[in-house]
Amino acid sequence: MLARTGASTFEALLESVPAGLRSRAELKLAPALDERALLRHFSAFTAENATVISGPSFLGAGAYHHFIPAAVDALASRGEFMTAYTPYQAEIGQGTLQMVFEFQTLVCQLTGLEVANASLYDGASAVAEAALMAARVTRRTRICVSAGLHPHWREVLRTYTEGVGLALETLPLDASGRTDSGRVPADAAAVIVQSPNFLGCIEDLGRAAEAAHAVGALAIGATAEALSLALLRSPGELGCDIACGEAQSFGLPLSFGGPYAGFLAAREKFVRQLPGRLIGETVDSSGQRAFVMTLTTREQHIRREKATSNICTNQGLCALRVTIWLALVGKHGIRRLAEINLAHAAYARRELARAGLALPFSGPVFNEFVVAVPGLVGKLERLAAQGVQAGVPLARYGAGRSADELLVCTTEMTTRAEIDALVHELAA
Amino acid sequence: MSTAGRSGLVFHEPLLFESSRPGRRGVPIGDPDVPPVDAARELGPGLVRDEIPDFPELAELDVVRHFTRLSQWNYGIDTGFFPLGSCTMKYNPKVNEVVARLPGIAAVHPATDASRLQGVLALACELEAVLAEISGLDRVTLQPAAGAQGEFVGVRMVAAYHRARGDAQRTRVLIPDTAHGTNPASAALNGLEVVEVKSGADGIVHPEALAALADERTAALMLTNPNTLGLFESHVEKLSEVIHAAGGLVYLDGANMNALLGIAKPGHMGVDVMHFNLHKTFSTPHGGGGPGSGPVAVRNILAPYLPTPVIRHEAGRYRLDDDFPHSIGRVHAWYGNAGIWLRALAYIRTLGASGLAEVSARAILNANYVLDSLRDVYDVPHQKRVMHECVLTDRRQHEHGVTTADIAKRLMDYGYHPPTIYFPLVVAGALMIEPTECESQETLDGFVEAMRAIAREAETDPGLVTGAPERPIVRRLDEVRAARKPRLRWTRERV
Repeated sequence: MLARTGASTFEALLESVPAGLRSRAELKLAPALDERALLRHFSAFTAENATVISGPSFLGAGAYHHFIPAAVDALASRGEFMTAYTPYQAEIGQGTLQMVFEFQTLVCQLTGLEVANASLYDGASAVAEAALMAARVTRRTRICVSAGLHPHWREVLRTYTEGVGLALETLPLDASGRTDSGRVPADAAAVIVQSPNFLGCIEDLGRAAEAAHAVGALAIGATAEALSLALLRSPGELGCDIACGEAQSFGLPLSFGGPYAGFLAAREKFVRQLPGRLIGETVDSSGQRAFVMTLTTREQHIRREKATSNICTNQGLCALRVTIWLALVGKHGIRRLAEINLAHAAYARRELARAGLALPFSGPVFNEFVVAVPGLVGKLERLAAQGVQAGVPLARYGAGRSADELLVCTTEMTTRAEIDALVHELAA
Repeated sequence: MSTAGRSGLVFHEPLLFESSRPGRRGVPIGDPDVPPVDAARELGPGLVRDEIPDFPELAELDVVRHFTRLSQWNYGIDTGFFPLGSCTMKYNPKVNEVVARLPGIAAVHPATDASRLQGVLALACELEAVLAEISGLDRVTLQPAAGAQGEFVGVRMVAAYHRARGDAQRTRVLIPDTAHGTNPASAALNGLEVVEVKSGADGIVHPEALAALADERTAALMLTNPNTLGLFESHVEKLSEVIHAAGGLVYLDGANMNALLGIAKPGHMGVDVMHFNLHKTFSTPHGGGGPGSGPVAVRNILAPYLPTPVIRHEAGRYRLDDDFPHSIGRVHAWYGNAGIWLRALAYIRTLGASGLAEVSARAILNANYVLDSLRDVYDVPHQKRVMHECVLTDRRQHEHGVTTADIAKRLMDYGYHPPTIYFPLVVAGALMIEPTECESQETLDGFVEAMRAIAREAETDPGLVTGAPERPIVRRLDEVRAARKPRLRWTRERV
């Protein structure tokens, strides 16, 4: 092969690399491992981690332990999906293209909006992109954010909006744990409310949307627990202009926080301000239906610095898992799953209250809620020693939360016996 | 020789929504483990939605066939040769998928207390150290979810660095005309101004051209090396000197790191900050468009600005540290695409130092082999030796009415994924070919033979090429129609 190149040695191929830059020593890396040793290495490290299957887990806070049917892994593992590129060459990417078209449709159905993109990195960046989009649409720079937005998402929103000069303003929560959207400034570009919010309370998105529209701002409904969309009136139905959030609940393993799939949907009139990839329907030269990436003049590979976002990838494989999951669970199943989640949380709340623990927020909840537990830190340690991850202490997320407040999540994976045991320990 | 065999049995497959039948059930969902509740009564009035109209109702077998058939319309690396320039479509080892699915990774909740996450944090630290060693830089964050987010983070840190030094007037980012579109878009997302740097006639950036643009307004140079022509920026040390002398910093777009493993370190080139694309260089799956993973490596001068949280290793314990006053803040809901960066670590651990060096050596040899096998039939814009990818053009075929797009489509009929086309923008009708290290001489010869056959067809029977492709499930698409009246979702009204 070297002969074909006319080079006498491999080094001669590197003639354009200045000699002074050539690495003289090998990289200092651990020795290579064969497959057996590799799996031993990773198994040894990962066996130490607490998981949601090593014991009862009541962790939520933006990442949820849900049922994943076996067929999701089987189908999403197919090499034709996994090892394909972004379908710029549509003729040999129709599988991915049709799947994303289906994903976009499902997101529209769940959010009650008219157009959705092909996915974004995660819920946090989806909120950030939604805020940037609202600023473009309204040509305003003030973003009103509910204090109930996931604190990490709020931080990402700040990182994304600071450089382009957007200002964030907080809408406080009332005593019921829901957003007070009564004071939206007249120059607001957007009102962002997460529902259910970080404390688990279901928000009045309709009221937030009215408050936004009264000053000419866009209403953005954010969702961290996408399964709630199967049960609750949708952001679109409640008047939101943009819906965004995290689709991890639909078939994506927890995987220490990623990869997940952010979603973003909007009213059709804003389609040219959407960030990210869009798949559209068209026909091929013989007239048969086909799918293709479209409206690409919004995107960085065409528009460069004038693009609606710098995003280049979507979360293709994650969007695939979401689409498969939703298809397998289906219209009946997703509603049923949501109702089970609701029932488990309602039961847990009732039992905790009966055991004498305070539920500080009166707002309605879906599958997650706050409970005040005197002596929480010690109890969490005791539970952890028993292999129970009892929930997320809110104090860890700052914002002046009490050291007693615990965010507890129950899903369809939680059993009654686990809830009963948790109540017993927390009330002890 | 063509590697494309006969056409197999390929099925038409309607949309999920079109196959849906009222009342059909998929996977069974049992009862709650507690007494059921009535949602409307539990939540109160006005909160519960009606059932979702037209949501899919399918049996499990319907769904399995649906996605199996869709998959068969795709072309992946597992299907065949994928010489997509600057995208590094290398083999994705299957063992990495097994690693990512280990319960101690896949079932780890990100809000788990760090004391019970020591294993995964140790692996994260291991990967950070490895990427620091490969880059020749000091510190690494694994948080960015993809290369473009890595760029955003890197430029954000550069801006924070200048601001902290009272140098806030540095609002210009210099970007060569060969750069990926994400570079200017990432600068813009930071509120910075983009200034294009013209590359020379030889395809690389010259220090004089850069010096004319670098001044007290310069925040950074964003350089891709090797650049998107596959050429090593031979003046890179001098370019870094020019930028540093003007008070700016040097950002390296690491998209083309597959050429540099064990060959040269960005840190030695004067680079201050760079991102990696783990889905390119380190074999994590492209997945039909993601997820990626875009770790950022920096010199110590930028370490105070790393995104929160950072992983600390103190007294034998790992923890996530948020208390980091100069940080640019968080860019991901958690700590990046862990399931992806762990696959990359598995890849690196499989190869070790000599294996990684061999990756780049073979990638470079393969690219030069393909280039020198085709330069007599295709126009080559730059006569230098290339690194891991090469660029051809359609100039000679154009005389027969055959364009780069036609050549790309015709390659499909021969059983190959086309190269990257019409990029970089500085070359008219570019065909950018990156064979990667994974391909055998036989595979490369097959591709070369197909490219030569297409060049012959362009002269003797151009209609064959301009009418291509004929073998995929669909023919050329009407992209204008898709954009003019966008249909971005299925709706019942249209059925």
